[in-house]
Amino acid sequence: MKKDYSFWSLFAKGLKYNEGWDPAWRSATPKPSYDVVIVGAGGHGLATAYYLAKDHGIRDIAVIEKGYLGGGNTARNTTIVRSNYLWDEAALLYEHALKLWEGLTEDLNFNVMFSQRGVFNLGHTLQDMRDIERRVNANNLNGIDAVVLDAHEVKRRIPILNTSKAARYPVLGASFQPRGGIARHDAVAWGFARAASKHGVDIIENCEVTGMDIANGRMAGLETTRGLIRSERVGCVASGHSSVLAKMAGLRMPIESHPLQAFVSESMKPVLDTVVMSNAVHGYASQSDKGELVIGAGIDHATSYTQRGSPHIIEQTAAAIIELFPIFSRVRMNRQWGGIVDTTPDACPIISKTKVKGLYFNCGWGTGGFKATPGSGNVFAYTIAKDEPHPLNKAFSLDRFSTGHLIDEHGAAGVAH
Amino acid sequence: MFVLFCPHCREKREEEEFGYGGEAFRVRPAAPEAVDDEAWGDYLFMRNNPKGWHWELWTHTTGCRKFFVVKRNTATNAIAGSWTLAEGRNVYDAEGGAG
Repeated sequence: MKKDYSFWSLFAKGLKYNEGWDPAWRSATPKPSYDVVIVGAGGHGLATAYYLAKDHGIRDIAVIEKGYLGGGNTARNTTIVRSNYLWDEAALLYEHALKLWEGLTEDLNFNVMFSQRGVFNLGHTLQDMRDIERRVNANNLNGIDAVVLDAHEVKRRIPILNTSKAARYPVLGASFQPRGGIARHDAVAWGFARAASKHGVDIIENCEVTGMDIANGRMAGLETTRGLIRSERVGCVASGHSSVLAKMAGLRMPIESHPLQAFVSESMKPVLDTVVMSNAVHGYASQSDKGELVIGAGIDHATSYTQRGSPHIIEQTAAAIIELFPIFSRVRMNRQWGGIVDTTPDACPIISKTKVKGLYFNCGWGTGGFKATPGSGNVFAYTIAKDEPHPLNKAFSLDRFSTGHLIDEHGAAGVAH
Repeated sequence: MFVLFCPHCREKREEEEFGYGGEAFRVRPAAPEAVDDEAWGDYLFMRNNPKGWHWELWTHTTGCRKFFVVKRNTATNAIAGSWTLAEGRNVYDAEGGAG
């Protein structure tokens, strides 16, 4: 477990039929107390623990998870990574994450298969195109790579895209972020888990929080299904279940939990070498390295914790994808799933201290949290270690819902909600 | 896909006919200018978002276009019933508020 993966270790283990590998991380049993406890072993939670250990020298950390590691939304998303957000606060936060993505495989010594194949956001109306130009200009001013492409150029780069003028929603152009792309979602959770475990972080699965022990407005510990765990600093990174945790601390969150569905097709030969998103017809697609089309849907309108969406949403998404790519009309779908996303009123996350001293929340990522995984963990670790927000997440505090300083990113969020 | 009963049309119809209106029985502060920013922000943005029984508004968009309330379990999608706003309020109050 202590050894790094390298060409030589792969080669040597390969000669022994790959039978000598150690587990990538240590499965721990809970100690009575920790310096910091992170609730939620998804990508964001594990990244938080990793950066707490690596950048802030805190080693006495537990990451507790009610299910299994990376089994929530980390395993249930369409893995798109980009940073082309409109407002400065959001753009800089997501760009911070994108820069970390670019060095993540080396940093973690774990191949997260980050593939910068570019992301297209299509425009179908004149207003779409005006919004795209505005967003691209804003991106360029923030030092983020983005260009506006016309329909001809989009067609040249994505030959299978239907750019016919006779289409019901004709493609007029697109914004393109070349540094955007996709990553292997499971590898992100496994890579952070392994790297955090190496720094001594305890990863405890099947351990659900059932209550919070708060004394005089200060965090004292967590009641869990595996007993009481004492800690004066707790970071909650529980996506769709954030409201449930907040309620245990007597807090209210501006969050509604909705199912968000996605599906993948059978494996095919390479046909789509980039990521295509369209807000107007509402679908997004890419092709994984295994050859599956990975297709994302919109959220169900009603709130739910069931990890199961409504069939009519699938129907609408399938219609949108076939509108864009008529060639996919007879592709068979292999799997379909739903994740519970924590949507906020301004489609921006909450990375914040709370009224309870020592209790921190990182939530509200809604439909687009995966792209931020390393950046989110990085700034949240800072927030917990210093008990004050990192400059990049200062604007994402809970108090923006009383000051009114919302960061309205519905336009760039990609999924309507 | 839910099948919802519209208490105005007195018919069960599929979810696609309806629009979702979010948490029911939120009360606007009687004197908005008198409450502080936190109370106003709480009214505007904060939600109970429970995992369990949830009172919520629906509107019969492609039917009578009237609002009504539904009590639904967000953990299982089980539906306890639908009522007009006035009837629903009585049931909600009799239960002692939010589930």
